[in-house]
Amino acid sequence: MSTVHNTTEYQPVFVGKVMDELQTVLQRYPNKQAALLPALWIAQREHGWISDLIMAEVAEVLGLTPAYVKGVVTFYTMYHQHPVGKNFVQVCTTSPCNICGAEDVLKALLSHTGAGDAGATSPDGKWTIVEVECLGACGFATPILINDDFIESVTPERVAELVRKYR
Amino acid sequence: MGFPHKSHPKETVVLSQYFGDAEARTYKGWVKRGGYEALAQALKMEPNAVTDIVKESGLRGRGGAGFPTGLKWTFMPKEKKKTHYLCVNADESEPGTFKDREIMRWTPHALLEGTAIAAHAIRAEIAYIYIRGEFTEPWTIMSRALEEANAAGVFGGIKVYLHRGAGAYICGEETALMNSIEGKRGNPRIKPPFPAAAGLFGLPTTINNVETLAAVPHIIKRGAAWYKGLCLSNPKSTGTKLFSVCGHVQRPGNYELTMGFPLKALLYDICGGPPQGRTLKACIPGGSSVPILTREETEATLLDYEGVVATGSMLGSGGVIVFDDSADMVYQIMRLAKFYAHESCAQCTQCREGTAWTTKIMERILAGQGKTKDLDLLLDLSENMTGKTICVLSDSCAAPIVSGIKKFRGEFEAYLAGKRQPVMVG
Repeated sequence: MSTVHNTTEYQPVFVGKVMDELQTVLQRYPNKQAALLPALWIAQREHGWISDLIMAEVAEVLGLTPAYVKGVVTFYTMYHQHPVGKNFVQVCTTSPCNICGAEDVLKALLSHTGAGDAGATSPDGKWTIVEVECLGACGFATPILINDDFIESVTPERVAELVRKYR
Repeated sequence: MGFPHKSHPKETVVLSQYFGDAEARTYKGWVKRGGYEALAQALKMEPNAVTDIVKESGLRGRGGAGFPTGLKWTFMPKEKKKTHYLCVNADESEPGTFKDREIMRWTPHALLEGTAIAAHAIRAEIAYIYIRGEFTEPWTIMSRALEEANAAGVFGGIKVYLHRGAGAYICGEETALMNSIEGKRGNPRIKPPFPAAAGLFGLPTTINNVETLAAVPHIIKRGAAWYKGLCLSNPKSTGTKLFSVCGHVQRPGNYELTMGFPLKALLYDICGGPPQGRTLKACIPGGSSVPILTREETEATLLDYEGVVATGSMLGSGGVIVFDDSADMVYQIMRLAKFYAHESCAQCTQCREGTAWTTKIMERILAGQGKTKDLDLLLDLSENMTGKTICVLSDSCAAPIVSGIKKFRGEFEAYLAGKRQPVMVG
């Protein structure tokens, strides 16, 4: 029945241990659809981003349609709909951080990593820097997320050292 | 203790007692500090008796709305026929607010204990703690604490699960949060039906904020009278509240105060006031969704639900954003509107269009291309964005715009008259 897995290049995500992990997740909810957000998190962890083929696989595993899954994926900002750099950096520039110099932190990150523009990936494939709304750590301006590492009180002066550390 | 600063003598330390104390994060450390005693006590009580104590304490929802917690719990069906759910709102995303993050970071077991007590009170067999996707550290700490608590078997028959959000401010709205757990887009639902009648998966549900639930074990243990006694001004506002202070102050951070504490003393005595050589210009006292206060209003405000309303704003989530005289209010209000434009779920026209157009108009004003009629246009749009949509995101965008134009009109007019250097945005 699967039209999803016909392409030889596509390696399904939900097999073996990853499928077992999803089965454990499914036990927390009364229906399969409720496991959609956790399933997408698992898929992104395994594959780096959520492609159309992954959406189709998730849909099949959870008994949903690919269009429904895409509708959910596009609602949330944290699912990548295209490949991103090895280091995905989210910089808060909402008002409380903004008045504490968040835009300078963003500029410093863009220039030190060579990413150039917010949302673009650096030519070496190592960095994608994005501007995000409130990260919920306003008293520690400016907070940034490098992949899963939440880093507080970043200043333009600290950027060079952080870029060296993650490069 | 205290984090990131040592607790100030003017604070009333209840929830924040173990902030900065890493040992309190562990199950053993928590039990050593008297943790889980309140839960054991509550599990021996009739659910209604637990609710009565919370009702009597005067505890009100700390997420922003300030609805009486015990009363909310009584809305659950009297006769239990179906599964009941508890949802814990840990989707803290309101600009200026970072208190729930600190609770989960330092005292994860306080939240788990409060969650289990609340679940018992509303006779819920399952509780979902919805943590925003960006809170990676609180997620890790909460996961570990939950594992430990499960291993120790402290929850009785109640199942507690964590559910990770994926980047959407609107999922902090209770019905959007339920949709998000159900694997849907986080669109708020039309009420009624209210969650207690038809909530998560269509079943009776109560949604409580992290800070609200963290206060519950203390109330059970020390009694409603003790909690009610924590009150400096209006008896309708009781207990302590965590205030997150950010922006232009010397010591930003979370501070725990008895309800009714003067905002001026918080900003100057505890937070050290604005940076050296600067003066206070404005303050948003309850997270970005509430009206802006001028310096005079700020200094006359008492921090409780009624006190902040009296000076023209709302207590909200207790996220205090401070602006000194260097802040460009037009730019910052535009930046807030941009936040709401980004976060609008786009279901309602007034919100989808209103948040986007108010942002664009303010960008135009900042770029020196504003028109004389723009301020009236912004006010007109704001009026149409207020009280007309499924949820209050649209109203929240209008609040800083309307109060900003009213109180800092001169700054807008300076851009319109070409008296300020244009700022290119975006």
